[in-house]
Amino acid sequence: MTWEEIAPLLWQATGETVHMVAWSTLFTVVFGLPLGVALVAFDKGGLRPAPVLQNALAAIVNVGRSLPFLVLMIALIPFTRLVVGVSIGTTAMIVPLTVGAVPFFARLVEAALREVGRDVVQAAQAMGAGRLTIVGKVLLPEALPGLVAGLTVTVVALIGYSAMAGVIGGGGLGDLAKRYGYERFETGVMLATVVVLIVIVQLIQSLGDFAARRLSHK
Amino acid sequence: MIQACGLRKVYGSTVALDGVGLHVRQGEIFGVLGQSGAGKSTLLRCVNLLERPDAGTVTVDGQELTALGQRELNRARRRIGMVHQHFALLSSRTVAGNVAFPLEVMGVPRAERRRRVAELLELVGLEGRGKDHPRQLSGGQKQRVGIARALAGNPSVLLSDEATSALDPGTTESVLALLRRLNRELGLTILLITHEMNVVKSICDSVAIMARGRIEESGSITELLRTPGSRLAREVFPLPEPRPGQVTVTFAGHAEEPVISQVVRKFDVDVNILGGAVEQLAGGAVGRLRVELAGGGREAALAYLRERGLLVEVAS
Repeated sequence: MTWEEIAPLLWQATGETVHMVAWSTLFTVVFGLPLGVALVAFDKGGLRPAPVLQNALAAIVNVGRSLPFLVLMIALIPFTRLVVGVSIGTTAMIVPLTVGAVPFFARLVEAALREVGRDVVQAAQAMGAGRLTIVGKVLLPEALPGLVAGLTVTVVALIGYSAMAGVIGGGGLGDLAKRYGYERFETGVMLATVVVLIVIVQLIQSLGDFAARRLSHK
Repeated sequence: MIQACGLRKVYGSTVALDGVGLHVRQGEIFGVLGQSGAGKSTLLRCVNLLERPDAGTVTVDGQELTALGQRELNRARRRIGMVHQHFALLSSRTVAGNVAFPLEVMGVPRAERRRRVAELLELVGLEGRGKDHPRQLSGGQKQRVGIARALAGNPSVLLSDEATSALDPGTTESVLALLRRLNRELGLTILLITHEMNVVKSICDSVAIMARGRIEESGSITELLRTPGSRLAREVFPLPEPRPGQVTVTFAGHAEEPVISQVVRKFDVDVNILGGAVEQLAGGAVGRLRVELAGGGREAALAYLRERGLLVEVAS
């Protein structure tokens, strides 16, 4: 295949990957951030100790994390159909990507929040700050560099997961590599895909590192 | 100003507080002195209920905190400032942002916050440093930010949790001087805990000595030093155990008078000075002297010393 033939395919596949990853990142933050906060807040010695609830949430998170993404994606097909109406295609892929990344990101959020010193939280309590104020004005801002670093890792993982979308006809760069590189032995397409993926991951990692550094005042 | 009664707190099998009572008067600096593990940190945390005591009551400024619900407690806490050993500043915020934090919690409007922050930074000698981040400050400066933050809500009481323990001696002195100044100028009541006798010596009016979850001795410093067998006196003036017949004389506020030479001149005694020191305590000079008195005028001399208002302890 010539470059003129490869370019539009590559362009379209990259767009699909960005579409899947961008939306699932958004939903991962929407669900994963509160989950991570809950894991810390409900822990014993946390802002609002509720050990039973905390254990339950931790167990769910662990179940989510122990399934290989390929298995999760297939197992979720009925659920995906329920949410988006279809179970194949790029948009359908956002559901398993989000479900797969939420527990992953929640654990990273939890780790980042636990880095915030107990004394800072206690100082806020001594000032008469309520729990929501402490989460919003102490925990999250203090953990922000760690949260950004965690998000960067999550986005990179999502790019990796999204390559499996090809299996359920999800499109994207992984699908392109599979159809042309694996099934038709088009080495040119294969190489181009690899290069694009490397560039995307490098860009995201550098951006994430830069942001985390700028935000850190430690 | 602060009244604690019958405080008890148990962690597992450790009794951190074993029936502790505390009375801090309005406008004084009250120090709780003890080794680490004595329970003083738990005691301080029980005053603003960062730790809930298993039993006992705490009353601050006429309000019984132990009887309040969480919402009212949060409101009451805004009138109790606290400074922390390791400063506990928010690294994500500037100096001004840290001082503004309690004002945000209280819902003070932005313009008012800005004015108040400038005022507070000036009060602690950090004018012009508002835009810096805490990591750009020295330890002493960080603690000044901590103090400014603690004062934001115009508290009637300041709690200090080993505020100077992480600082070098020179910086400790300047932070203690600041606390003393705030106590005088704002009429601020300060309850501090420390393991350093030096802190008690330089700024406290009253002291409680704590060990193994109990208060062993408590009261105003001058009063305690006039009490026979006082632990405070022994700790401030480390003299060897007296042998029988030896006399320990404590001067509180009379250290300028030449009483010993008066005694020698007036009575038929020989005085042998074995040891002693004079310290500046609670704003006055206090001295303690270990002597041997020999001669026919011994009893008369001891009576004379007692008459002069000195504490005379004869070892038996």
